Amino acid sequence: MNPRTFPLLATIAIFLVAYAICSAQYPTIFSSRVAGNLLTDNAYLGITAVGMTLVILSGGIDLSVGSVIAFSGVFIAVMLRDTGLHPLVIFALLLVVTTLFGAAMGGLIDILAMPPFIVTLAGMFLARGVAYMLTIDSVPINHDFYSFLQKSYYLMPGKGRLTFIGVLMLLTVLAGMIVAHRTRFGASVFALGGGTATARLMGVKVRRTTVQIYAFSGFMSGLAGIVFSIYTGSGYPLAAVGTELTAIAAVVIGGTLLAGGAGYMFGTLIGVLTMGLIQTYIVFDGTLSSWWTKIVIGVLLLSFILLQKGLVHLSTRQRGARI
Amino acid sequence: MLLTIQSLTKTFPGTKALDGVNFDLSAGEVHALLGENGAGKSTLIKCLTGAYRRDEGEMHLDGRLISPTSTSEAQELGIGTVYQEVNLLPNLTVAQNLTFGREPRRFGLINSRAQKLAALEMLQGYGLDIDVGRDLSSYSVAIQQIIAIARAVAVSGKVLILDEPTASLDAAEVRMLFDVVRNLRDRGLGIVFVSHFLDQVFELTDRLTVLRNGQHVVTEQTAGLDRLQLIHHMLGRDLEAVEEQGHTGHAPIVERPAMLHFTGIGRAGVIEPFDLTVHEGEVIGFAGLLGSGRTESAELLFGLRRAQTGEARDQSGPISIETPQSAIAAGFGFAPEDRKTDGIVAELSIRENIILALQAQRGWARPLPRAEQDRLAADYIKRLDIRTSDAEKAIGDLSGGNQQKVVLARWLAMNPRFLILDEPTRGIDVGAHAEILKLIDRLTEDGMAVLIISSELDELVVAADRIIVVRDRRHVSELTGSAVTSDTIMQAIAAEDHAPAQEVAR
Repeated sequence: MNPRTFPLLATIAIFLVAYAICSAQYPTIFSSRVAGNLLTDNAYLGITAVGMTLVILSGGIDLSVGSVIAFSGVFIAVMLRDTGLHPLVIFALLLVVTTLFGAAMGGLIDILAMPPFIVTLAGMFLARGVAYMLTIDSVPINHDFYSFLQKSYYLMPGKGRLTFIGVLMLLTVLAGMIVAHRTRFGASVFALGGGTATARLMGVKVRRTTVQIYAFSGFMSGLAGIVFSIYTGSGYPLAAVGTELTAIAAVVIGGTLLAGGAGYMFGTLIGVLTMGLIQTYIVFDGTLSSWWTKIVIGVLLLSFILLQKGLVHLSTRQRGARI
Repeated sequence: MLLTIQSLTKTFPGTKALDGVNFDLSAGEVHALLGENGAGKSTLIKCLTGAYRRDEGEMHLDGRLISPTSTSEAQELGIGTVYQEVNLLPNLTVAQNLTFGREPRRFGLINSRAQKLAALEMLQGYGLDIDVGRDLSSYSVAIQQIIAIARAVAVSGKVLILDEPTASLDAAEVRMLFDVVRNLRDRGLGIVFVSHFLDQVFELTDRLTVLRNGQHVVTEQTAGLDRLQLIHHMLGRDLEAVEEQGHTGHAPIVERPAMLHFTGIGRAGVIEPFDLTVHEGEVIGFAGLLGSGRTESAELLFGLRRAQTGEARDQSGPISIETPQSAIAAGFGFAPEDRKTDGIVAELSIRENIILALQAQRGWARPLPRAEQDRLAADYIKRLDIRTSDAEKAIGDLSGGNQQKVVLARWLAMNPRFLILDEPTRGIDVGAHAEILKLIDRLTEDGMAVLIISSELDELVVAADRIIVVRDRRHVSELTGSAVTSDTIMQAIAAEDHAPAQEVAR
């Protein structure tokens, strides 16, 4: 079996075991209601993580996503308040803005040969600052179309609600899987993660690909911002602080190598759900403080990094034996 | 002619890297491109593959004028290149690597089944029976090299440039690679073969072209030249240094006092316990195939790997070689095989590289005074004849031979009594090669002992007083005095049940 799949299998196994343990303790966790909520509550995080996965696969990082989500919420709320545009038009405008924002960061990263960390850090402050420029208050969103989106769901057997944003998240993951694993663009992303110089020699158009990767992440953050605004029904410049780090954690727990070049989009979905499950468990328990979520996520993250390190060690040893 | 290059000129600020060079290649031949470092080989190749734009001259492929501006354009024109370090992606599967950029698609999506079939088809005729669904990194360098060739041939298919493809392969793997190259030649490709190994040039190539200082020296049938003539063409000066060198080795060693005793040094799975006595002023050679345990033996002696058994002693009692620090404290030095990644700090200056080990020993609290640093650097640049404009130049800008001299200087500054050199002349041109060997000889006059690990038998024969042959992770025999010849070493390496074919199959 290909050792590359070990982290993904480990992720899936951990999720299933954790779900089984939680269900054994609180049987109601194993219900379509909890499953539906798990999807709904983590929809914006899942969509962000899809973009982040692609960035990390290419060996980069995007710290701007949390700020872009906050900017998106504020942008939508202010536009709805001050203009008569239909939300769908505003969504389209927003996605163009965030995609261009991502593309610009990708362009800077390649042209200036700067580390993605620093360029997207600048992007993070910039997006957050622009959000503050638009408003410093939480702006409520009251629009019929929003109420419609918030109320549209499919009632699963067992009274669980499969909401619009939950479905959107699953569709996004599906799209991400196709882009990452079944297109030439995806192959170029993996190639960049394996080594820029080599990728260039193999014919990857490095600049174009880098711009596309960060544009993709910008688009996904914009989409996550839309979902977040539907979820919360407002726009607030202080929203989603630290989401970029949660998304990175979800990607790594999902089995993607932080150094780039190896990983699976599907694992990211499992990573997001694992983190959501921990939160749900703590809500069910009722006596545990919320910081237990952070502790468990910290431990999980650490063990995944150790697992990956071990696998890299194993595969180099294996190769050594072959030579 | 498949490819003709006429009066190609490329100028860099301050130097003329290529000066009116002519080169031609016909279909179905292997053509060696030879020259010292800095002769213009890599500049010529880079002009050909589109990495550089030429200043003057013409290049014709199949009678058409070409001027590639990028590697991918050169590939599309039909010129494929395979480099020493495999330029494929270790994190992708063999199939993904082979079909990269030309993946079979259905409805815009990659069809992975068709991709594997296409990859298998591309590998046909190369004698590889491997699972193309596995990661590239799970295969040996030799197999990766052949996969890289298969890709280059499939993508380009007219001219194949092999830039030092054999540098990290062992003898059996080289043979496997040569079979592939001959096969491709018979299929009508024109192959340019760049190598430092003259034996391989004589074995494989039909014609050869020698460059020197950016100028074309000679193009000849390989069979019509002998080794000495070839070296003469490459160096353009007499090889007295190398020949003179030959007389200094193999001095009787009996009267030299023993300096270090290693007994039963070993580590499970790495090397079986071995004994070694090092005498003052002696040059010991470790000979063996890649992976035989020769480098590993040296690593145990220097504490880079911890020995599980055995002990080290000198005249005054036991010494510790558990870590490199303790080995250095005991007066050992080690110049590793991979100079670029383990030996030098490319961004630092020559001076800083020279004082590195000395400063490390003193600790950060007692910096070496700048005047002392300058004196040391100037002294070694002069003594070792390091060719540089000044001591503050970044070491990465020097040629391989001069980098190696700086690494030597670093250890000499520590005044060691036992210096281990792993492949000291790898990737170094013939001229610098002779100089390094001469240098080693001079160092031992003051009583320092040197251990050389090398895959070039001639080099060991010239430099070493005593040869220890390592095979299958065991020290199998020792040759001294007049018994030290290429033939006897080769026999010792090849003795018993040694089956080279298995090296590859593993």
